[in-house]
Amino acid sequence: MAEPLLSVKDLKVSFRTEDGLVRAVDGISFTVDEGEVVGIVGESGSGKSVTMMSVMRLITDPNVIYEGEIVYKGRNLMGLSQDAMREVRGEEIAMIFQDPMTSLNPVYTIGWQIEEQLNEHNDLKKGQARRRAIDLLAQVGIPRPEQRIDDHPHQFSGGMRQRVMIALALSCNPDLLIADEPTTALDVTIQAQILELIKNLKRDFGSAVVLITHDLGVVADIADRILVMYAGRIVEEGNKEQIFYDPQHPYTWGLLGSIARLDRPKRRRLTTIAGQPPSLINRPRGCSFRPRCPQAFDRCSVEDPALTAKVGDGHLDACHLSVEDKRARRDATIRPELAESA
Amino acid sequence: MSAQNGGPLLKAEHVVKYFPIKRGILIQREIAQVHAVDDVSLEVRRGETLGLVGESGCGKSTLGRCFVRLYPLTSGHVVFDGQDISNLSRRAMRPLRRELQIVFQDPYASLNPRKRVGSIVGAPLAIHDMGDRRERKRQVQELLEKVGLSPEHYNRYPHEFSGGQRQRIGVARALALRPKLVIADEPVSALDVSIQAQVINLLADLQQDFDLTYVFIAHDLGVVRHVSDRIAVMYLGKIFEISPAEELYRRPIMPYTEALLSAVPIPDPRESAARERIVLEGDVPSPINPPSGCRFHPRCRYATDVCRQIEPPLVDYGNGHLAACHHPLNVDKETLARASVDERRTPEAADESAKPSEPATN
Amino acid sequence: MAAFIIRRLLWMLVVLFAITVLVFLIFFATPGVDPARQMAGRNPSAATIRSIKHEFGLDRSLPVRYGLMMKHMFISRDLISYGSHTRVIPEVVSATPVTLSLVFGAAVIWIVFSILTGVAAAVLRGTIFDPFLMILALIGISVPVFWLGEVVNLVTQSRLHDSFLFSWVPPLGYTPLTQDPFMWFKQLFFPWLTLSVLYIGFYARVLRANLIETDSEDYIRTARAKGLSERRVLFRHTLRTSMITFVSLFGLDFAVLVGGGALLTEVVFGLPGVGLLTYNSLTSLDLPVIMTTVVYAAFFITLASALVDLVYAWLDPRVRLA
Repeated sequence: MAEPLLSVKDLKVSFRTEDGLVRAVDGISFTVDEGEVVGIVGESGSGKSVTMMSVMRLITDPNVIYEGEIVYKGRNLMGLSQDAMREVRGEEIAMIFQDPMTSLNPVYTIGWQIEEQLNEHNDLKKGQARRRAIDLLAQVGIPRPEQRIDDHPHQFSGGMRQRVMIALALSCNPDLLIADEPTTALDVTIQAQILELIKNLKRDFGSAVVLITHDLGVVADIADRILVMYAGRIVEEGNKEQIFYDPQHPYTWGLLGSIARLDRPKRRRLTTIAGQPPSLINRPRGCSFRPRCPQAFDRCSVEDPALTAKVGDGHLDACHLSVEDKRARRDATIRPELAESA
Repeated sequence: MSAQNGGPLLKAEHVVKYFPIKRGILIQREIAQVHAVDDVSLEVRRGETLGLVGESGCGKSTLGRCFVRLYPLTSGHVVFDGQDISNLSRRAMRPLRRELQIVFQDPYASLNPRKRVGSIVGAPLAIHDMGDRRERKRQVQELLEKVGLSPEHYNRYPHEFSGGQRQRIGVARALALRPKLVIADEPVSALDVSIQAQVINLLADLQQDFDLTYVFIAHDLGVVRHVSDRIAVMYLGKIFEISPAEELYRRPIMPYTEALLSAVPIPDPRESAARERIVLEGDVPSPINPPSGCRFHPRCRYATDVCRQIEPPLVDYGNGHLAACHHPLNVDKETLARASVDERRTPEAADESAKPSEPATN
Repeated sequence: MAAFIIRRLLWMLVVLFAITVLVFLIFFATPGVDPARQMAGRNPSAATIRSIKHEFGLDRSLPVRYGLMMKHMFISRDLISYGSHTRVIPEVVSATPVTLSLVFGAAVIWIVFSILTGVAAAVLRGTIFDPFLMILALIGISVPVFWLGEVVNLVTQSRLHDSFLFSWVPPLGYTPLTQDPFMWFKQLFFPWLTLSVLYIGFYARVLRANLIETDSEDYIRTARAKGLSERRVLFRHTLRTSMITFVSLFGLDFAVLVGGGALLTEVVFGLPGVGLLTYNSLTSLDLPVIMTTVVYAAFFITLASALVDLVYAWLDPRVRLA
């Protein structure tokens, strides 16, 4: 196998606060291969955004503490100077964000904002940048790009603004596109459009995509591999088939059960994950998910489970239950909500 | 309020809500109108949950607010529990406010950050002069427990709670006066999926305990189908389809409904890859100048000339399933022959002779 | 655009009418105020007062008196001061360039230095320089301008006047720019500094707060994600959007100063500007002068607020002029 495009090694991100050290990301490792689509799934505060913001080194909070390595194409991004990092940002790794309504500068035309990005990373003549910007807008499906290029962000709808953000991200043909909840603020119909667009772009541009979301449904169609994060750690990792058809971690079951599914007979109640995510300052002893886990037993409150492969190739989970136990309990509790196993 | 126990709890008759757009030098002239809700008639039955779905800007929130008279109507009537409330004065409206409550979308913006939970939830009780101080406190603590918070949260501030917990506070506030009808306006859209499930289950439990009727407004058909007994689909200020929930999901008649259903992500990679996806092109057109004929025609893949010219009437396909479309889906010839135009609920402007003759072929 | 201008002009008329009526009423409704007695000098006979009253139209009814005053101010432009018995309009006209010189110069200084201080404090946030600069700014805001002016005068005109540092400082007063530009500059230099100190402090604090708030906006994160340099992010994105508040504050402060708000500075440095004129007319209850300076100030302030709206729309395209 070739070297992965991005490899995160034992990344820890903490913030000093008045109440103590908040361990937002607590020792995670994963890789992203070239052209691969990786979904990172978890609740608010699970550390999924912080992880990818750290890859971009976009966290400006002076109280942040990083540990670990982020290796992109053989270079450790953590060790790069600000100037060297700027070359990576926008040119090799691009990012789009959750709220398209506030992610574009309201005082400049969208053309200006795309051209600014192009000029920062390329040596272009005056007309070239504009022509390229029009091409990009056409590629992301904005009608009449020659006219719309001179419009300001507020003249676009939410879905259209997210398209502009994607055009911006694609302007330098990045090898890695990070999409942080790109559809959460949008209508389902517009969400379908944007996901379709990201899928096509992956096909046309061949860039790898990391898609962050709280909704497993969003990544079912688009992701090759999925990481499930809880309280700053990865609790399960596997390819799409493994995560959806043979989920191992009770937290993943909970996430799957929470979705009101259109493809299943209506249930009387949704399966929920009781309670709230734990405090990231004082992590509970043992497994972080134990206080909310209906399957917890003695060992869970003493020993922190490690992320290991138990069922198969590349399918990792952090749970003390044995594989047989897990399958039996899973089938007993949320069987009807799971997809048919192969 | 008694005699009409058999009838619907809430009835909307040709409800219209336009928002004026004004321009002018000294005197503001009305130059255009946003057609937020355009001639909507429907009923909410006692004890049921009516789902109201559509994209942003389709008027579903405006309609919900018209139901509780947060907005005055441009025209039409809203009849609540047998009483026409569309023209009631503020004072006459006041006792009814107890029975009509609303839960808002944004759990961060809809709670006053400077007030304690106790006074937020207790405010409706205090306004309506119910019980003395101690009695109110007891009631509020009971409510907090009912919505899954603890009575000790009485003295906390909203910022100490997560989004899901705040939404529970919003629900507790709405229930304080034991309303009959609760309008839930996108109550879970701002929450994580796992927390959405908690709030949805909570709403279902409370419906049983308090004998509530819900109007549940959302853009996610998955969630709406789960909570609703009947679903109304709105587009650009009009109702395009209304049906029992399961029926709508199995047999959408209006192409817009079909597209909405197909946009809901399915957490199953193989099924997701296998199903036909209808991705609607473009955005919802401006409600200032809605398209002619059927308002959905510019985005509809079945649209023909008749759709551009004639507004389709709501046709009753039996079993409480109504739809407004010239090219109905999932309907065979016999059903179509039996179907009749629902005159009561058809917008006055619609051409009533325009009952569809041919099912869509595709 | 045309509608905007027409509306603002109409608005200006309404403001001017309301404010003149208000000043007029306050003046004549204040007990103990009798301009005729004041003009008549010591121990006047009843006949003198009567004749003065008649001469100035003070024996007419209030609305007529108001109408007469407006006619003299705007139409025949020969309004006579109660105090100096000279025509008011030329007085105000000759005072205007003095005030404009003072305020323009001070504005340039305060814009430059407040932006420098505000940006420096925001950029150096987390270091010792930020609180240091902000305390300095706070001192600037708190120092009373009349006190600062007197201290400056004391130092430059008397105590250290003979030292090489301040020997170039000319005596207090005003020389028109057209007559001797160098002298104009020298005489105004310290008044400019004195007047701008307060505004530097205030604007620096406002700008710093705005910069820090803007820095947490999503679109600034986008700008960083684009790989722009911190300098470009700061100047083209953060500062650009933060200037929106800055500009609207500036327009109104500037107008208030041009309209006579620099009164204390003018008094302390003996500059014969509109502020000094207002000050003198207030102490002698000279209604025609008060009225004229009020109209003059209201004119500048409504004009400035219209200009601010124009600039605002240019800075922030979401704002539509209506």
